[in-house]
This record gives sequence, C-alpha cells and structure tokens, in this order.
Amino acid sequence: MISLAFYGLTALLFAAALLVILSKNPMSSVLWMVVAFFAITGHYVLLNAQFLVVVNLVVYAGAIMVLFIYTVMLLNLSKDSEPRRSLLVRLAGIASGGLLLTVLVGALRRSQEAATGDLAQVGATSLVGLVKPLGLVLFRDFLLPFELSSALFLAALVGAVALGKKEAGD
Amino acid sequence: MGGITLDHYIYLSVALFAVGVTGVLIRRNILVMIMGIELMLNAVNLLLAATSAYRGDGEGQVFVFFIMLVAAAEIAVGLAIITMIYRNTGSIDVKDYNRLKG
Repeated sequence: MISLAFYGLTALLFAAALLVILSKNPMSSVLWMVVAFFAITGHYVLLNAQFLVVVNLVVYAGAIMVLFIYTVMLLNLSKDSEPRRSLLVRLAGIASGGLLLTVLVGALRRSQEAATGDLAQVGATSLVGLVKPLGLVLFRDFLLPFELSSALFLAALVGAVALGKKEAGD
Repeated sequence: MGGITLDHYIYLSVALFAVGVTGVLIRRNILVMIMGIELMLNAVNLLLAATSAYRGDGEGQVFVFFIMLVAAAEIAVGLAIITMIYRNTGSIDVKDYNRLKG
C-alpha cells in the first residue's frame, strides 16, 4: 500500500517536473509546479513529517507559487513572448543533465551497501517529524538561526519593496 | 514491489535534481530558470527529510525548514528584481540581463 502510494507520487512528481521545464507557456509551468509541490507534500506525508507537510503547503504551494503567478500575470507573458534557445544548446543542455544524472547514480551505486533498512517502517513509526519534537529542537538548539532568519526576512521584505516601487522619474 | 528504503528516496532526489538542472540549462525564460532552481532545492529538501526520518533525528527536518525560509526570501527579492528589469527592458530573456554588470 505504502509502496503503491510512493510510486504513484513519484510518477506524478516527475510528470509535473518535466512539464514545468518543457511547457511553452510560463503560466502552465507555474501551475505544473504547484502539482509538483503537492506531490512532494505527499512524500512528506509518507515520511510522517507532519510539520514539513504543513510548512510545505503554506510556504511553497501557497506563498511562493502565488508570487510566481502574480509575476507571470503582471509581466503579461504568453507563448508568443517566450524566448527560445537554439536546438543545439537545448540538446547540449539535455545531454548535460543526463550526464549529471548518470554520474550521480553511478557514484551512489558504489556506496549503497549500508542503507538498505526499511524506510517505510521507519517513516510510519518515526515521531521526529511531529510538531512537538521539532519545536523542541528548533527553539532549544536552533534559536539563534531562527531569530537570524527573521532578520533575513525583514531585509528581504524591505529589499523587495525598495526594488519594486516605481522611481519618482518614471 | 518490496518496502521503500532510503535508496528509493536517494535516487528520487538525484533524478529530481537532474530535472531541475536540465530545466535551467535548456530554458531562456528567467522565470522558468528560477523554477528549475526551486526543483533542485526541493530535491535536496526531500532527501534531507528522508534521511532525518530514517535516522530518527529531527535536526534534518529543522534544516529543511530553514531552507524553505531562505528560498522564500530569495524568491521575494528575485521576483522583485525581475519585475524591475522587465519594466526597464521589456524582456524576460536572460540574454538581455547582461546589463547587470553595473
């Protein structure tokens, strides 16, 4: 049952990811990206990482993709305004991506003796992904990075507003 | 089919990362290139979460949380920059973005 859900979510994730990078219209890329994020959220459900499920839905599928959709609509993009790379460059890019995949898989295959435990069992029974244990780790061991990230967010907010507002001369 | 092991998640993440790299390489639309970068970040997040659940240690999932925070800040600033450049050049083609040299 769990492996059926795993393979279904994986197929959905790869179909959506390939459609993100291959579709001509930027708006369909963004919408397929939302599908890909939902598939990743499904993987977090399988790992029993409940905190990450909520955060992934709110931050990625919610906030970030809304920003993308607003930008695509604001810039008035369509299939006609889509810049294209030449066929040679696209073939070279696909070959480079495939070679990267081959190298990484080949390197990993040689170092894979140890990790053969049943993660499905571990994931379904592991309690580290619940909100309470993660909150204890976050606010006890990672309090300073957490506060620093709030300062980073304030800086990003101010920077986005400063970049986005029209200058007086426009 | 057998159980789902850590190997499955490792190969899934590697393949998703390769899809993201390919997307950055074959597209010239800056928005789709940023989406390829997001795919790579999510591949890493998934691997960190899987390793964290596998080892029963919550720190990996806290790290995923921080990666998501930094990605959100990155997207906010990046999309603001893209909007500003589009207003000045009328293009989302990375070929026209070489005037960022100052």
